[in-house]
Amino acid sequence: MSRGTQAVVLVFLGGAILRASLTDLYLRYVKQGLRPFLIAAGLLLVITALVALVQEVRHLNRPEGQPDDDDGHGHGRSGPAVGWLLLLPALALVFVVPPALGADTVTRAGSALTDDRDIAFPPLPPGDPAELSLLEYGYRAVYDHGRTLQGRRVQLTGFLAPGPDDEPMLARIMLSCCAADGIPVKVGLRGDMPEGPANTWVRTTGRWIPHTAKDPINDADLPYFHVETWEKIPAPADPYE
Amino acid sequence: MIRLSTTDPAAPVRPEPPAPAAPAAEPPTSDRERWVGSTEVLCFLLILVGVLHRQIAALVTDPRLQTWLTVFVSVMVQAVPFLVFGVALSAVIAVFVPRSFWARALPRHPALAVPVAGMAGVVLPGCECGSVPIAGSLIRRGVTPAAALAFLLAAPAINPIVLTATAVAFPRNPEMVAARGGASLLVALLMGWLWLRLGRADLIRLPHRAHLDGLPRMAAFWTACRHDVVHAGGFLVVGAMAAATINVVVPQPFLHDLAARPVLSVLALAALAVLLSICSEADAFVAASLSQFSLTARLAFLVVGPMVDLKLISMQAGVFGRRFAVRFAPATFVLAVLVAAGLGTVIW
Repeated sequence: MSRGTQAVVLVFLGGAILRASLTDLYLRYVKQGLRPFLIAAGLLLVITALVALVQEVRHLNRPEGQPDDDDGHGHGRSGPAVGWLLLLPALALVFVVPPALGADTVTRAGSALTDDRDIAFPPLPPGDPAELSLLEYGYRAVYDHGRTLQGRRVQLTGFLAPGPDDEPMLARIMLSCCAADGIPVKVGLRGDMPEGPANTWVRTTGRWIPHTAKDPINDADLPYFHVETWEKIPAPADPYE
Repeated sequence: MIRLSTTDPAAPVRPEPPAPAAPAAEPPTSDRERWVGSTEVLCFLLILVGVLHRQIAALVTDPRLQTWLTVFVSVMVQAVPFLVFGVALSAVIAVFVPRSFWARALPRHPALAVPVAGMAGVVLPGCECGSVPIAGSLIRRGVTPAAALAFLLAAPAINPIVLTATAVAFPRNPEMVAARGGASLLVALLMGWLWLRLGRADLIRLPHRAHLDGLPRMAAFWTACRHDVVHAGGFLVVGAMAAATINVVVPQPFLHDLAARPVLSVLALAALAVLLSICSEADAFVAASLSQFSLTARLAFLVVGPMVDLKLISMQAGVFGRRFAVRFAPATFVLAVLVAAGLGTVIW
């Protein structure tokens, strides 16, 4: 792999990372806090590549027989063949643009509601309906036995995924760093069942019902939610919880 | 082509004027042909993908393949800032800190030089790919091999960038940072002292010179950055692909089963660290995703990974010689697993 090729690969990789981090695209893969570092890293990659291009052009324009800045075993200008692989993430980011994690992960990975944490649950946020994340609804429904949920209308947002009984569940993926550690949170549905193919984003309004089940994959708790109204919505910019 | 360079350990490194090249050592014409070759291949590839990208995207409709690609891209996107900053900082230290400084800073007695060199790993923010050539150049500059090896093992695991990444990846278990740093340092020092007792100088065969000598400083800096990003980044892609495959292919019930057996789970994750060969700046995020496993097993993953993995073994064989690598890597693996398992049992 020559210096010129390395430079083109690095420009491509840096450019792909800059493009993803200057739009909302990066939110499909990592958390928001990484954005400034992604921009800086993308810039550094592009600068590194530009310097290498300048060096290469100077090298090519040099009269023959001039001293070379190469070292004895080719490391000065040529690089390891393994560097070709850096094209793969760049190509994937620019041309394929894989989607955020969705229903496929939900059907393969167990739900996140596994640890019964002994914490006091504050009253629901004001507003009717009260907006909750799926995880918070799950904790309040299962481990607080719905105490703070009784008598309130609740709004939950997520995407549809097939449940163990082939009825749609509402789900969302939780990230701690990047999509490699994504864990789904799943909520079973009753009442006015939302319709649509897997990965359809919906906003549902409804009430807590005292019914839970177990996720067959990892024995996690599955809370249930009684849907009164629902509407399809476009996927949010940050699809994760 | 072997060029002479200053080998006096006390000599300050200053930009050397390019030495006159041995004529006919590298015919420029063949060189240019090679440049045209690989760049043409690259351009052809890019044009092909640009023209066919709809068709390529249409191939990736299988949900599982999409998940694989999402996880692969995520690991890369998450790791690239750490990789790039690590490489840039290690290039700063490789280029702007004179190597003679290390020789002067270390105690004369080898047994004392080992802990000092191990701790010195704190100031070398980089991943293991960067520390192998640096350890080689330390030995070349007169540092006792045991100290250089302690540095080689400690630096990728206990430097601030890696420990910060670990803290970010384990927000609920801050003790993981201390456990990782402590266990890694302990293994590095034990290996250094073990080398003093059992190691033989003829096991290490160094190549003639590092590739930055003789360049002006800024040129050396950018060359080091480019070389290390391409080299380490390429291996990172391999690791990200393996991680994505494990994430998508290995059924969760199997991991659950494995994770439930204490001894087997530690050995399994230690072996996984060797196979995945993830950069130490990114491995904490992968460890965090293996949430079915006990913290002890994940500690073993984090301690073994920066010290022994497939790409490190091949780099060590390249820099120190094969006879060295086949003895050093297995010994390090055993010691790292024992220390991590012991420390994990005490803490959790």
